[in-house]
Amino acid sequence: MLDLTWLLIAVPLASSFALLLAGKRADAWGHWLGVAASATTFVVGFGAFLQLLGLDAESREHAVHLFTWISGSELQLDAGLLVDPLSVTFVLLVSFVGTLIHLYSVAYMEHDPRRRVFFAYLNLFVAAMLLLVLADSYLLLFVGWEGVGLASYLLIGFWNHKPEYATAANKAFVVNRVGDVGLIVAMGLMFATFGSLGFEEVFAQVGEASTATLTAIGLTLLVAATGKSAQFPLQSWLGDAMAGPTPVSALIHAATMVTAGVYLIVRSSAIFDLTETARLVVAAVGALTLLLGAIIGMAKDDIKKALAASTMSQIGYMMLAAGLGPVGYAFAIFHLVTHGFFKAGMFLGAGSVMHGMKDQVDMRRFGALRTAMVVTWVTFGLGWLAILGVPPFAGFWSKDKIIESAFVGEGWQPWVFGLAALIGAGLTAFYMSRLFFMTFHGKARWTDDQHPHESPWLMTVPMILLAVGSAGLGWFLAAGDRFSTWLEPVTGHVEHHEPVLSVPVIMTLTLTLVAVGVVVAWLKYGRADVPTEAPAPSLATLTARNDFFQDSVNRAVFERPGTHLTRTLVYADAAVVDGAVNGTATGVSKLGESLRRFQSGQVRSYAALILIGLAGLVAFVVLGVL
Amino acid sequence: MFTAPEISYAAFAPTIIVLLAGAVGILLEAIIRTHTTRRHVQLGLALGAMVAAAGTAIVQWATYDAAGVVAQAGMFVMDRQALAWHVMLLVFGILGVLLFAARTRAGEEAFTPLGSTAPGSEDEAEARRRGFELTEVFPLALFAVGGMMLFAATVDFLALFVALEVFSLPLYIMVALARRKRLLSHEGALKYFLLGAFSSAIYLFGVALLYGATGSLSYADVAAAIIALPDMSPLFVIGAVMVLVGLLFKLGAVPFHTWSPDAYQGAPTPVTAFMAAATKAAAAAALLRVVFTALFPLEWELNWLIWTVAILSMVVGTVLALVQTDLKRMLAYSSVAHAGFILVAFAGFSPQALSAVPFYLLTYGLATIGAFAVLTQVREKAVDGTVGAEATRLGQWAGLGKREPLLAASMGLFLLSFAGIPLTAGFIGKFQAFAAAIDGGAWPLVFVAVLCSAAAAFFYVRLIVLMFFTDVPEDQEESIEVDYHPYARVVVWITAAAVILLGILPGGVLTLFEDAATLLTGL
Repeated sequence: MLDLTWLLIAVPLASSFALLLAGKRADAWGHWLGVAASATTFVVGFGAFLQLLGLDAESREHAVHLFTWISGSELQLDAGLLVDPLSVTFVLLVSFVGTLIHLYSVAYMEHDPRRRVFFAYLNLFVAAMLLLVLADSYLLLFVGWEGVGLASYLLIGFWNHKPEYATAANKAFVVNRVGDVGLIVAMGLMFATFGSLGFEEVFAQVGEASTATLTAIGLTLLVAATGKSAQFPLQSWLGDAMAGPTPVSALIHAATMVTAGVYLIVRSSAIFDLTETARLVVAAVGALTLLLGAIIGMAKDDIKKALAASTMSQIGYMMLAAGLGPVGYAFAIFHLVTHGFFKAGMFLGAGSVMHGMKDQVDMRRFGALRTAMVVTWVTFGLGWLAILGVPPFAGFWSKDKIIESAFVGEGWQPWVFGLAALIGAGLTAFYMSRLFFMTFHGKARWTDDQHPHESPWLMTVPMILLAVGSAGLGWFLAAGDRFSTWLEPVTGHVEHHEPVLSVPVIMTLTLTLVAVGVVVAWLKYGRADVPTEAPAPSLATLTARNDFFQDSVNRAVFERPGTHLTRTLVYADAAVVDGAVNGTATGVSKLGESLRRFQSGQVRSYAALILIGLAGLVAFVVLGVL
Repeated sequence: MFTAPEISYAAFAPTIIVLLAGAVGILLEAIIRTHTTRRHVQLGLALGAMVAAAGTAIVQWATYDAAGVVAQAGMFVMDRQALAWHVMLLVFGILGVLLFAARTRAGEEAFTPLGSTAPGSEDEAEARRRGFELTEVFPLALFAVGGMMLFAATVDFLALFVALEVFSLPLYIMVALARRKRLLSHEGALKYFLLGAFSSAIYLFGVALLYGATGSLSYADVAAAIIALPDMSPLFVIGAVMVLVGLLFKLGAVPFHTWSPDAYQGAPTPVTAFMAAATKAAAAAALLRVVFTALFPLEWELNWLIWTVAILSMVVGTVLALVQTDLKRMLAYSSVAHAGFILVAFAGFSPQALSAVPFYLLTYGLATIGAFAVLTQVREKAVDGTVGAEATRLGQWAGLGKREPLLAASMGLFLLSFAGIPLTAGFIGKFQAFAAAIDGGAWPLVFVAVLCSAAAAFFYVRLIVLMFFTDVPEDQEESIEVDYHPYARVVVWITAAAVILLGILPGGVLTLFEDAATLLTGL
């Protein structure tokens, strides 16, 4: 099975092309082909996982050579796949959650005339994402990286007949380009330093490079990661990306693609291990984003945008963990997996609510939906408990570990990062409870023509399965450090470190803060009446509601100066460059007009010119000789 | 006592085929009375002879060893350089002859019905009334091609002169054969003839001086004598300069270029196409052999001559092309500038020139034939709908890209190739030529050449802008008609394909020319 891992990429890719090329004749069955392709990847991935599990921990690394990609130049590169615990973890997450979401989309997109195209794009995404995580070199990873970017762009703008949706797709694409440049620069640095882009070759030589170089590589990789994972300062696109159909938000903008940045950092652990500065910046970015996202989440009334802010914040946790170095890598991935389950589950729940409420997304127009959609309420509730970190649900096992690890270390760092993570947990509890209570509890604030109803089984079954994961996966993977041990061949073995506060203290503090958050949210949004119009905002709320004015900042700092620079350059081009050129041209034309007189049309003057030319040349050469 | 020279007829086979076919063509002109039959037979004969000659030359390339053979001791050699030029000249000849045969839809040829009549005379009107159509231009072209092939293969100054006259005399006549604007055609031909005779005299004078100084006429002996002489004698320096001037005249370099705008403009456009490509190629071939086998001991002295003429040609050609309003004259001055670029490759006497110059001429010749082939198809239309002469005023080409996108695009391609824009053959050609000059240490000359290329791009691109980005004046919409014959179209497609192919995958052809970069002295 390990040697068949190329099927993981080939099958969904082939299905994607088939769906696009088949055209309308595939409309009747195309979505089932998409589901089948995705399910195949899960079967193959699971087979590879079992086979890997049967090996010793040390030999759980399998290289699959595909073909010679670049040869004959200084850069020698084979295209190959690397099957190891880290990539298989991602394969299982992507293919399992992906298949469930494919299934869900069959019902969700039922009335869309372009459902077949939607499935083609979803398959394309799965293929690209699996290529990203299975690649054995940065260059091949980059192909997948761009592939998921493309799929994300196509799916955000899937309903591009609405101009603002098309704009959102463009925004995501442009912001991601900034990150991509980071990855390209990182690859350039690696090629210059190590002469190679393969993981194996690069990681084998990291010891020979200077710390400054490694820091530069690490920081450029971080730029790439912030773009793809919507981390500060490149986070502005994620909220707008919610323009895409909800299954897309669940799969791409919650569970998988946005976590690629975390994957990139953890995969490059060999580099980050040797550069404390870069690691510190990663952790700082993570801590900042987790607070930023949580604060934005508190102010949003759009259910999908609130969930998007939450995603940003949760990925901030993962970044923070990855920035902590070897103590954190495994927990970053652990949280990534559990988050993939509960956040995808909640997005599907949100989609289910929208399905029953005629695409309403304003939470002030929800309320009391628990009776109308029982399954959605229960499954969403499990996801809510998981993200809060209430024991024994999944988030407790993964997030608590990150908070504990953040308190590990010396000097000011454990206090800053630990407190950020701790406060973040309280904020998370507040905004997620606010979302939950506003949607499912309180009084019904529906608009007149709403008749909410439960979604069909094709949608509820994936939600139920994901809810089971939200409930039990954390405990299952954390028991006996199963998950950390499984990842050990990649992330390395770490001795246990004591945090600056003792573990029971941290846990008590966390749970207290979470409880406070829930209670406050209940008082304000569960028991009390929620106004259907947003009240006049305080400055803080306004700031958060507008994503900390990131768009305005971007406009003021980048767009306006950019526009002015362009205008100046255009002016300089017209005045100086064109002026010089036109001046030369005028001069040349005048020269031409005067030279023209020699071309009098009279053969005697032509002959004279030849004779003069001959005499001149003879004189020239003879004088030169003598 | 006179002994008959040993002549290796097999080695001369390509030239003999072409010249013999020319002689047969003259006889056929007299024998076949119906002109439609005669046209077909003449075209078939010319094409067949040239294809056969090219095939023979390719067989010779394959069978001779790398150095080639001496066809006649001290006079003619068939080395790979000569064979490469042979094939190139034959390709130009084939494309040119195809253009000769193209007619308008109304059946109008490019050539006058009876070349021997005076313009505007009673005889001319009579010939037109009777529907005469002489086809002597086909055998004339064969003679010209044959002469050029000898021109590229000779290693003797006197044989060079004979070959020069063999290909020049038919060209003088061909220039005079235009159907329309007969006076302009006659004027161009007469100027070409007079100045050609003048430069031939200069050349012969130079040969006489060289013979006086060295006692020999063969290239190798002249070179040996120059080396053997104790000190520089003005006699052979002046002789060498005069010989070069004769050849530079054929190449169309400044200040010996004055004939070319008038001849290019006056000649029937198919003849201009053939002449521009083939004459320049033949002149470059002869110049290459003379410089590299006979006059190379004068390298230091002649280098300055080449620098001066190259710079003058590039600058004057470019500057005068900028101010032209007639397309044929613009292309004529562009060919003057190209003569300068060709000379750049000679500077420094780098051996790389031996492959760079032929490649440059190939790319230039293909684009030139293509551009003039497009020109034959764009015609003025009278109010009553009859199709008239070619539209050669620049302004008349405005908006052609919208009406005939493919034709205009091929014209754009040829212009970009002239300008030396990457992905066209012209870029590779210029690159090779400039690389040869750099190899010879002539980088300041290359600097000037690059500047001139940039300035020259202006008037090429101006026509492209005119064709594609300029709105057509209302009254002009109806006054232009694209009238084509399949032969002309075929020529355009072939040359366009070759220009692209040589621009993208020049490797194979470059390797062939590198194989051809050796010269036989012929002794």
